[in-house]
Amino acid sequence: MSMMAGAGRGLRRVILGATTAWLLAFTLLPVLIVVAVSLSEPRLGAPPFTPLFEWGAGFWPVFNGTIASYLTVASDSLYVAAFVSSLRIAATSAMITLVIAYPMAYAIARASDRARFVLLMLVILPFWTSFLIRTYAWTGLLNTNGLINNTLINLGVISQPLTLLHTEFAVHLGIVYSYLPFMVLPIYAVLERMDWLLIEAAQDLGSRPYRAFFRVTLPLSLPGAFAGWLLVFIPALGEFIIPDLLGGPDTLMLGRVLWTEFFNNRDWPVASALAVVLLLVVLLSALLLVKALQRRDAAP
Amino acid sequence: MTGFMTGRRSVTLLSALAFGYAFLYLPIVILIIYSFNDSRLVTVWSHASLRWYAALLENQQMLDAAWLSLRIAAVSATVSVALGTAAAFALQRLKPFFAQRGYEALALMPLIVPEVLIGLSMLLLFVVLGETIGWPQRGATTIALAHASFGMAYATVVIRARLTQLDPALDEAAAILGATPWRTFRRVTLPLLAPAIVAGWLLSFTLSLDDVVVASFVTGPGASTLPIVVFSSVRLGVSPQINALATVIVVLVAVLILTATLMTRSGQRGGRRA
Repeated sequence: MSMMAGAGRGLRRVILGATTAWLLAFTLLPVLIVVAVSLSEPRLGAPPFTPLFEWGAGFWPVFNGTIASYLTVASDSLYVAAFVSSLRIAATSAMITLVIAYPMAYAIARASDRARFVLLMLVILPFWTSFLIRTYAWTGLLNTNGLINNTLINLGVISQPLTLLHTEFAVHLGIVYSYLPFMVLPIYAVLERMDWLLIEAAQDLGSRPYRAFFRVTLPLSLPGAFAGWLLVFIPALGEFIIPDLLGGPDTLMLGRVLWTEFFNNRDWPVASALAVVLLLVVLLSALLLVKALQRRDAAP
Repeated sequence: MTGFMTGRRSVTLLSALAFGYAFLYLPIVILIIYSFNDSRLVTVWSHASLRWYAALLENQQMLDAAWLSLRIAAVSATVSVALGTAAAFALQRLKPFFAQRGYEALALMPLIVPEVLIGLSMLLLFVVLGETIGWPQRGATTIALAHASFGMAYATVVIRARLTQLDPALDEAAAILGATPWRTFRRVTLPLLAPAIVAGWLLSFTLSLDDVVVASFVTGPGASTLPIVVFSSVRLGVSPQINALATVIVVLVAVLILTATLMTRSGQRGGRRA
């Protein structure tokens, strides 16, 4: 018996050791390398950055780190503008998503068990269907000779096609469309667990339905709404495909600027510095998210 | 639907639902309809035909890219669930508390980190590895490694959710009856986990099949996955052939995900803690 338990423990150690090694090598180490490259200098050649440590004449290797890339990121108006507009676009899109998702989540939570499963499936399904293709689908609709403009012209609503594609409006639309499921699910989760007898009690006591909603339902569901808002805000911050396909040349977002810096300008240290800034913002938002989820789970 | 949604409120709620689902589904439905449009002008309907599907079958570059993507997705999904299963067990057994939280943070980090960051950090890792140990060669291998690493996070979540629902008494019963830990795992735990493992595999597979950002960073000469080819084409504008390809992908992925969801759902019925 003890020999078998020993074998079990040995197996457990191997599994734990192997997965820990994988996580350290493929999750932690890459992040540390990004930090290291952000402190190095760009140069021509492969790789296009200077080594952080150099073995010179002395005993210890010389540390060559510089914060020049961070100073560039902090002082260049392009990066500052990209940072500000990423925050702005992500925040407003998350807000619009909330307004659309809330009534959906509410209606699903009030549906029968059978209908609920189907309605939830229908919310989740598009999320797993190719992100690239769903963003691409909008380019065909929003084009100057696309379906929306053609329909509006045929109906006589407009005479000249509207510029819809390659605008900040289209980026908002793309984010709302892509991340709607992220918002519906957490709001649904709080509404579903809500004690509806409480609301009925408020109504029985003479509270009008809307009043009961604003006084009881809405406050109780706020933690879920906040969690949903962050679940849209966080991925939207670093989004690349949506601003690239739907945004205009002047739509600046961090993910897209990082991409350009890396692929077009080939400035790896600046791209890495942008990545570190983006990572810090995302981790900070994620901490808020964890707090929001804990509050949601603690709610009655 | 009994007793609720009556009167004015029901109209408001039903129209909210109708609007929401129309918003979610119309763009894709329109794309699918127009993939059967014979006209070269994507926005003008002429008549129905399978012309663009036929053109797709003759597009060798697209077919090669699709084949490469399928192979990368299959390999990375398999590695993802193997690691994800191990990580789910580790998270359940790991002590002390801070070690468990640290492991969890590391395992789930790819879920919140933006794709551009995963792509850049993985590429830099491969560049540094290439400089120091001469491996791996950038191309299909590096894409598969990067995909396995973020697929693992999703697989861990799915498998762990199932693992926490399992009844520990089943393990104990097997041990009392004299089964070795390995035999218990193979005969008792693994079959109960199977639906979650399949679901995790399908999710990792779809994520890999859809990824353009990470693959663009870590790829090397000659390794163009399907999303990379599609992305460079759609950047230039709408094309009827891409509409046809998109339809094929959407239908394929929808079937895979529906299967995964139904399997997880049916799996939840057995072996559950009372």
